[in-house]
Amino acid sequence: MTWVNVLLQGVLLGGFYALLACGLSLMFGVMRIINLAHGDIAVVGAYLVWFLVNQTSMSPLLAALIVLPVMWIAGYAIYILLLERSRREGVLVPLLTTFGLAIVIENVLLQVFSPDVHSLGSNTGGLTTASVTFAGGLTISALGTVTFVTAVIVLAGLQLYLSRTNSGREMRATAQDPDAAQLVGINARAVYARATAIAVAVAALGGIFLAIRSTFDPSTGPTQLIFAFEAVVIGGFGSPWGTLLGGVVLGVAQVLGEQINPQYAILFGHLVFLAVLSSPRGGILARRSGEA
Amino acid sequence: MMRSRGATLQGGFHVQRWTRVSVGSGAATIALVAFLAIVPFLFGADVTQQLTTLLIFVILAVMWNALAGYGGLISVGQQAFIGLGAYGTIFLTQHGFTPYLAMIVAGLVAGAIALPTSLIMLRLRGGQFAIGMWVVAEVFGILVSLDSSLGGGTGISLNGLDQYAPGYRQAYTFWLTLVCATVLLGLVFLLLRRRIGASLQAVRDDEDAAASLGVNVVRSKRVLFVVAATGCGIAGALYLANTLFIQTTSVFGVQWTAYMLFMVLVGGLGTFEGPILGAVIFYLIQAQFGDSGAWYFVGLGATAIAFALFLPNGIWGAIDRRLRLRLLPVGYTLRTLDAPAVRPGHAAGRPPHAMEDQS
Repeated sequence: MTWVNVLLQGVLLGGFYALLACGLSLMFGVMRIINLAHGDIAVVGAYLVWFLVNQTSMSPLLAALIVLPVMWIAGYAIYILLLERSRREGVLVPLLTTFGLAIVIENVLLQVFSPDVHSLGSNTGGLTTASVTFAGGLTISALGTVTFVTAVIVLAGLQLYLSRTNSGREMRATAQDPDAAQLVGINARAVYARATAIAVAVAALGGIFLAIRSTFDPSTGPTQLIFAFEAVVIGGFGSPWGTLLGGVVLGVAQVLGEQINPQYAILFGHLVFLAVLSSPRGGILARRSGEA
Repeated sequence: MMRSRGATLQGGFHVQRWTRVSVGSGAATIALVAFLAIVPFLFGADVTQQLTTLLIFVILAVMWNALAGYGGLISVGQQAFIGLGAYGTIFLTQHGFTPYLAMIVAGLVAGAIALPTSLIMLRLRGGQFAIGMWVVAEVFGILVSLDSSLGGGTGISLNGLDQYAPGYRQAYTFWLTLVCATVLLGLVFLLLRRRIGASLQAVRDDEDAAASLGVNVVRSKRVLFVVAATGCGIAGALYLANTLFIQTTSVFGVQWTAYMLFMVLVGGLGTFEGPILGAVIFYLIQAQFGDSGAWYFVGLGATAIAFALFLPNGIWGAIDRRLRLRLLPVGYTLRTLDAPAVRPGHAAGRPPHAMEDQS
């Protein structure tokens, strides 16, 4: 029964990774840019909510409702100030500039908030500790469930947005062929800016869940980026549900590794990622997805 | 191979690799290396140690630039090989190797491990390769930290160097670093001048087009990947010899990539001389501001962004464009017979047949 439990915990953890990953996947899908500052942007979201909660003792939910629109606007700013020009300079420049942005964000956080470790876990009432235990010894934590459901809602929302709204259709058209899209009157620049804004806001949402479920400090970002990237690659680039699947595979691998030896948790995730990459299918996915 | 006389093409063009300036600067480079060789006799151990650090930066910058600037492979995980070089040295000294031999062997082992790594990683392009390498570095770091005989995660000292008096040890380490830097830079220099250098730049500029012209894309990238890994491995081993103590978190840390990125972008991505200049600049900045903590890194990151956006070929690229100065020629110089030199393409240089088509 413990193994079923392990599987279940892994699936719930996977929801968290999917939430972290879907912004990364969206930006890659639409712009062919991999944002190396993605994890640090998530951590900025965590810090902003933590700061508001600590300064004004408002509820984390209210703080999140304030922070997410702010991050949305920050996403537009990041596109206009950084990515727009980077994208024009070629496929490699966005990597260089987003890595530079990651260094800047991490160290500004370090300077402003000190290297101290923080968490929102104690501010969310019973959410972090509440759980339901079933007859067979299966345990489902409230937080894991809320995270997973949020991830599903975000992914479904993204899917609906891309397939059902005009704005989403514009985004898909631009992703497929920016020149043709502009010929039919789509403003590609606005589409890219919108995609960045969505990605940054969703990353911040992931960061807030990170802050609730564990601790964070200025150097937490890179690890989150790696997990998000692994989830995206394992699931196959592009589809929201693939990202969820990738997150779940990564989560199960980590929980399984942790069960064997706590030091193996992250290692197992990495190994599954490398195994997927080295499988023929992984190779095909990597080639199909083209240049980043 | 073009030598100093070069070749004259139809239409009054003259192609040469070694201009008078570059012959002179080539001689100056040899003189500089000769001068560096006697530095331990002229200055104290602390100067020697500082110069060792500088030369390690030079090796790292040149290796990262070879990957990114010539191969189009931006790696966020070269610290994988820096760490392997450093911990490989520890492992080999624990198993009977003398320290200095262990450093060289560990560097070569890092290169050997790069070969199977490349089978997986070179399937990836662009950003996927970048983060994929980061995962590789994390995996190597975790595996090393799981081995308690290598000090676990708490760090370990290099034993065996205490058989030399401190002054001699510093001098030996410096000389080994100088030899390694000269050999590695020479290797990259010669590699980029050969056919594979032109192939790699073609791959960097357009992978699919290069493949359609018959360039063996994967093989070209693999040679470069292994050379860069060997260089980083040796640099890691030398870093260990210079500091005598390492920890997995720092030696496998991504800050190495931040350093390399900064040196290469500021000096000149895709130029041979640029990263060397970038390493000197980075060394001076670190000596000046290294103690300023987080703001120092904010400055590094912001400068790297500014260079990537506004001066993508760095300081050396700008010098090269204005003064048409090429000190260590990897590419070719094109002259019309009655006019001064024309520089084909951007700073990276191009093979002569590319220009024949245009004339």
